[in-house]
Amino acid sequence: MRAYWKANQLKLAPWLFLLPGILMFLMYVIIPIFQSLNVSFYAWDGLGEKEFVGMSNYVELMDDEAFYTSLKNNLIWLVLYMLAIPAGLFVALFLNQTVRGIRIYKSLFFFPFVISQVVVGLVFAWFYDPNYGLLNILINALGFDSIAVLADERFVTYGIIVAGLWPQTAYCMILYLTGLNAVDPEQIEAARLDNAKGWRMLWYVILPQLKPATFIAIVVTVIGALRSFDLISIMTDGGPWGSSRVLAFYMYEQAFSEYGFRMGYGAAIAVVLFAIMMVYITGFLYKMYRDERGR
Amino acid sequence: MNNKNKVFKHGLAVALASALFGSTAFAGELVINTDTSDPAPKEAFETLVKGFEAENPDVKVTLNLFDHEGYKTSIRNFLTADAPDLASWYAGNRMLPYVNAGLFEPVDDVWDANGLNKSLKSAAASMTIDGKKWGIPYTYYQWGIYYRKDLFAQNGIEVPTTWAEFKAAGATLTAAGITPITIGTKYLWTAAGVFDYLNLRTNGYDFHMALTKGEISWTDERVLNTMNHWKELIDAGFFIKNHAAYSWQEALAPMVQGEAAMYVMGNFAVAPLREAGLGDDQLGFFPFPEITPGIPRAEDAPTDTLHIPANAKNKEDAKKFLAYLARADVQTEMNKTLGQLPINADSTAGDDVFLQQGFELLSNAEGLAQFFDRDAPAEMAKAGMEGFQEFMVKPERLDTILKRLEKARLRIYK
Repeated sequence: MRAYWKANQLKLAPWLFLLPGILMFLMYVIIPIFQSLNVSFYAWDGLGEKEFVGMSNYVELMDDEAFYTSLKNNLIWLVLYMLAIPAGLFVALFLNQTVRGIRIYKSLFFFPFVISQVVVGLVFAWFYDPNYGLLNILINALGFDSIAVLADERFVTYGIIVAGLWPQTAYCMILYLTGLNAVDPEQIEAARLDNAKGWRMLWYVILPQLKPATFIAIVVTVIGALRSFDLISIMTDGGPWGSSRVLAFYMYEQAFSEYGFRMGYGAAIAVVLFAIMMVYITGFLYKMYRDERGR
Repeated sequence: MNNKNKVFKHGLAVALASALFGSTAFAGELVINTDTSDPAPKEAFETLVKGFEAENPDVKVTLNLFDHEGYKTSIRNFLTADAPDLASWYAGNRMLPYVNAGLFEPVDDVWDANGLNKSLKSAAASMTIDGKKWGIPYTYYQWGIYYRKDLFAQNGIEVPTTWAEFKAAGATLTAAGITPITIGTKYLWTAAGVFDYLNLRTNGYDFHMALTKGEISWTDERVLNTMNHWKELIDAGFFIKNHAAYSWQEALAPMVQGEAAMYVMGNFAVAPLREAGLGDDQLGFFPFPEITPGIPRAEDAPTDTLHIPANAKNKEDAKKFLAYLARADVQTEMNKTLGQLPINADSTAGDDVFLQQGFELLSNAEGLAQFFDRDAPAEMAKAGMEGFQEFMVKPERLDTILKRLEKARLRIYK
């Protein structure tokens, strides 16, 4: 035993150190993925007997209007949520100066990210309120009729995304602010000597150096868009008539809400959501792999 | 020394065991899980437990109060994993999943031994599944129309009793710049209350129950009649604008401010309306008016109940407790605190004017529905209520909505 250990110490030690992490990862990530996949082939209310139904949950999903509404909203979220990145960049550029008390301004801009999503949702729900909300006071002052943003199927998803962009912009801003600290002053000076300024300076000198920050900003924003659950739950509860649901919310509704407990169907939605994320995750892993090999 | 150590170890084991099996009941110990965490229900339950313990000194009751929303999820866990001896829940279809999964215990013996088939008759049907009774009902409350007496008087409107009078009253109010009905449909169920009443009044109790049981097509002409009555109200501007943006509490505001005159609601709306400053000369109640003449009058009266889980440890004392809970004097006392109505026919309702009216209303009703989301299975309820909300905003989509509901019906009731 001891001899074996001595002979293979170098080979075994890394695995021993990895073991706790691997076990956790298996238990909380890998195994549940296969469990969900398994449950999605059953009809199960979480209490009684599971009944094997094969692909019928997926067949039903293909014919479910609510599913397509959620899918469409998910795509809208993914696209529009990306606005947080340029917005965060410009706020960061704006705040990246040495003025008296700049730290206070920076922390004020970062504030929306610190408060809970639930509070953000409530604040925006009041902002949109058709009777006394600020938005409608403004719209009325301009001479238009009130819009019930959160009760209108045409606007509701956009209304929630705007609420989500507020903290997300702050998050991207802080990422870029730290990125800007690392920008090499010598390169800027060199660019100045070559008469670069304004947009060209930003595009050709600053942005390439901010690439790591941009990368992280994209990652967190995509994740933020896909897990956009709390805002929807607080602001509309998926309504009106389900028109602001996204896949994550629909999955929760089917599997765990008061009127749900269709575990199989919920699992099928989760599997589809996972497949969508997989496209992105694969791209992400491929890029990491390529970058590491490039070095 | 050695001995001492042993004692310590033993003590530790007991402490561990009691920590692990927190609600394990020993003989004479009774564990009750309820979601009655709001002040009035909490007080009612504590008094109830004290009264029971006074009469049964050998039984010690532990009362676990859960948050109202969280309870709906927790009950699924504790019924299977670590069952209490009694658990609160709701009558009608809401208890069906637990009955089907064999998690509730039938309590016909309690009903038979205490003559409850007679005294709790009004709720017997909603407690029965597969010919067995599955719990004891202890409270319910009426639904109907709460209205601003003063606004009705100012505009010379009498309390409407027929559909024509109801519509005329609405027209008068609209002409006076008052929205007839306030409602907040953000959380959907309020719209189901309106549907329940329109359908009960248009097609009657038996039809309504058959519909929620899935025996009738949603594209049936009779359902269409109900929806067309609803459409008459929508087209006449009966409901407040932007109702899909409000919860039921937020929709109280227009009524308090006198911008709306009526609210189709349960009796629990009285307390917040009074707190907001409406006096008894301003706030009144009347039953939802008749639509199809001659149809026996049925009402919505959601019932709260107590059940014995199949995995309970102390079923004997649990049954004693249920028998105590069913007693007329106990229900009288308890519902005074709750501000609701007792189910036992020999009980008396509280002095409150709305309780008296509700008692009168429900005692003379031909049938009692539980409410749409308790009569229909959960999935159908969700689809239905979403459809109702959409219909109230986009009445022109009626056909699409009914077709969608019919598709859901065919899938859900196999």
